[in-house]
Amino acid sequence: MTAQALEGLKVADFSWYIAGPSIAMWLAHHGAQVIRIESLTRPDELRGIEPFKDGIPGINRSGCYANYNSNKYGMALNLKHPKGLELARKIVCWADVAVENFTPGTMEKKWGLGYEGMKKIRPDIIMLSTSGLGQTGPESQQPGFGLELVSRAGFPHFVGWPDQDAVGVGYPYTDTVSPPIAVIGILAALEYRRRSGKGQYIDLSQHEIAVQHLAPAILDYTANGREGGRMGNHHPDAAPHGAYRCQGENRWCTIAVFNEEEWEAFCKVLGNPAWTQDPKFATVFSRKANEEELDRLVESWTSKLPAEEVMHRMQNAGVAAGVVQSGKDLIEDPQLKHRHHFWYLNHPEMGSCAYDGPPFKLSETPAELRMPAPCLGEHTEYVCTQILGMSDEEFVELLTEGVFE
Amino acid sequence: MSKEKRDLPLSPYRVLDLTNEKGYFCGKILADLGADVIKIEPPEGDPGRDIGPFYHGRQDKEKSLFFFAYNTNKRSITLNIQTHEGQEIFKRLAKTADFVIESFNPGDMDKIGLGYSVLKGVHPRVIMVSITPFGQEGPRKDWKASDIVAIAMGGLSHITGSPDRPPARVSVDQAHAIAGAQGAMGAMIAHYYREATGKGQYVDTSTQESAVLSALTVPQAWDLQRFVWPREGAYMSRARKRVRHLWPCKDGYIAWRLFTGGLGVKTRALVDWMKSQGKAGELADVNWQEMDLLTVPEEKFYHWQELFGKFFKAHTKAELCGEALARGIVLIPASTPKDLLADPQLEARDYWEEVDYPELGTTITYPGALYKSSEIEWEFRRAPLIGEHNREVYEEELGFTKETLTTLKQRGVI
Repeated sequence: MTAQALEGLKVADFSWYIAGPSIAMWLAHHGAQVIRIESLTRPDELRGIEPFKDGIPGINRSGCYANYNSNKYGMALNLKHPKGLELARKIVCWADVAVENFTPGTMEKKWGLGYEGMKKIRPDIIMLSTSGLGQTGPESQQPGFGLELVSRAGFPHFVGWPDQDAVGVGYPYTDTVSPPIAVIGILAALEYRRRSGKGQYIDLSQHEIAVQHLAPAILDYTANGREGGRMGNHHPDAAPHGAYRCQGENRWCTIAVFNEEEWEAFCKVLGNPAWTQDPKFATVFSRKANEEELDRLVESWTSKLPAEEVMHRMQNAGVAAGVVQSGKDLIEDPQLKHRHHFWYLNHPEMGSCAYDGPPFKLSETPAELRMPAPCLGEHTEYVCTQILGMSDEEFVELLTEGVFE
Repeated sequence: MSKEKRDLPLSPYRVLDLTNEKGYFCGKILADLGADVIKIEPPEGDPGRDIGPFYHGRQDKEKSLFFFAYNTNKRSITLNIQTHEGQEIFKRLAKTADFVIESFNPGDMDKIGLGYSVLKGVHPRVIMVSITPFGQEGPRKDWKASDIVAIAMGGLSHITGSPDRPPARVSVDQAHAIAGAQGAMGAMIAHYYREATGKGQYVDTSTQESAVLSALTVPQAWDLQRFVWPREGAYMSRARKRVRHLWPCKDGYIAWRLFTGGLGVKTRALVDWMKSQGKAGELADVNWQEMDLLTVPEEKFYHWQELFGKFFKAHTKAELCGEALARGIVLIPASTPKDLLADPQLEARDYWEEVDYPELGTTITYPGALYKSSEIEWEFRRAPLIGEHNREVYEEELGFTKETLTTLKQRGVI
């Protein structure tokens, strides 16, 4: 095992679903020791969400849960039991970092483990709360479903075609764009603590992060009063620019031509058919003006070829092009294979399955995915006796008292 | 320019930012966190300055709102690193830098003698971050990708858009922002290790892989179930039904879906409101908590959706959302930029920042802090002008005389 960048960093993970658990996962991938706290009576609801191994549901069979919880120690803890709460306090005392994503205020109200509560136990703790709309403000208590948040952040305004109803983004994009910023915030807080000795509370709104991802369009409104809108796959500075139908069922290849050099290369790949010489396609402006026709002509060529062939021929000529990859394509993608993007970890119930690794490679301390996601309560004993230093007797006593349910 | 001495998390650190549009967000994040990020531009200005939209629609390198959006809190110097003199100056600067970030094609930095193998010799503690479409190694490392291509190759397009149209993308580029954030995360992880051991390292970031991480469990659905996640537009498949999640209303769109089970109370709350308006019809008789989506006949289910749809069509976003808030209905506006600026939650959290652009005689309202923190007082300085800080950096820091600076300018180095 090579050195791990975050060796020695201790993280208490009180979160659930996707936006919270992903945060501690990134830290775990780089060597942090993460205790993931769940309860047997109320496990993470992500455990009930598809995909399941072989399509068979089961508390330890969800690939959705698995993909955001690798490298963590899974502990079951009954926080309703006074001794369970006592143990949670011990974990807070042990931790450098605590992550949670309950409805704002829950940690304090239910368990006295808000930032003030945690600070009393561990004065220099770094606590991060992530929620749909942040910890403060009139709507902070609104349920933070990612799918709806993406709409509130403005995405449907920029997806789809102007001649159709808006279609939106059909997945909780906020759940995947906010965790990296949370990890950065935690590491920045650790740096600040290293210099000042001070802990920190971070209140992250997933909605606010998603809005950051539309910044140029926001500025176009605040500076120019322009609201933009849906434009399909078109781009103000490029043509052709789109996803073009290829041979086969639901197969598409994207192509983007931004300048004249790329246009010439593009035409050459097509074998310079007569229409490419038509003055109405001579410049990017004229191509933009005749874009619908251009798209049809491009598609008349791509639709006769496999998407992979279109991509290879374009890329070999220096034109940006890429297949619209499905899950199958991603799993089989030679570039992702070369970069070892997917890690196959052997899970006691799911067997060997694919986990996403980080999209960046560190030269000295590359991430290492060592452990599959924990089965519910899999490491309770290990956490108590090996990490928290509890005696076997005490563990058995707590076990019989129902502290780990 | 006097740099504030406010102690932000990254105040003691310097970043040399060589990125083009493929990596801007990485440097912006580090700059917002307090690092002294010096954007190094070619003498004619960064190519990203040619990307629209532009302030008042006027194409001008000093008016790109795209550039403005991702370059706040940075300083700018010009330097032609294609020249030998430029390279030597860059190495001098690298000695003072904690991070170098770049997004040229793989191998370009090596070709001009500024690759990581050279920079670590100059400064062993340096962390170098590269952000490229497909990463530094592998059969497709030299392939090109703009946003649409990276998003497609990362599996996101496959699940975006309506089933009767081609796979779609968000028309505001996402791939580079996602990859920029990932690059910054890699930089911060490497930084933690450096502060513990004194060792720098190289961070090789792939935009395609960054997109894969936004595609949720698209690859896992195939791996575990041989399931190809479809694109379903405004609908999602639940219990063999097409459950609509985005609806037109009188003046735009709203997000709402029919919940059952534990969340059935949220559906009930909407039906109660409809009932009070005499618009619930047969919806009033359904027990939403106990209703089983699987066994409801399709016809009936789609008729229900139709009734909800009619009700939404008859009301404005403001009417629907106001009542939803009062009644505990999960109904969310699909915001336009204008709506966002008026969003009461963002307003209450003081999200927007007025950034001063004295040269344009105006301020521009920006999305503000990345998050709220008990220890951070965020501040925002406008994006720099081309070479705005040449004198500060070259004269005051590197000790170049005015004459040297003039000569270097004439030779096209600065």
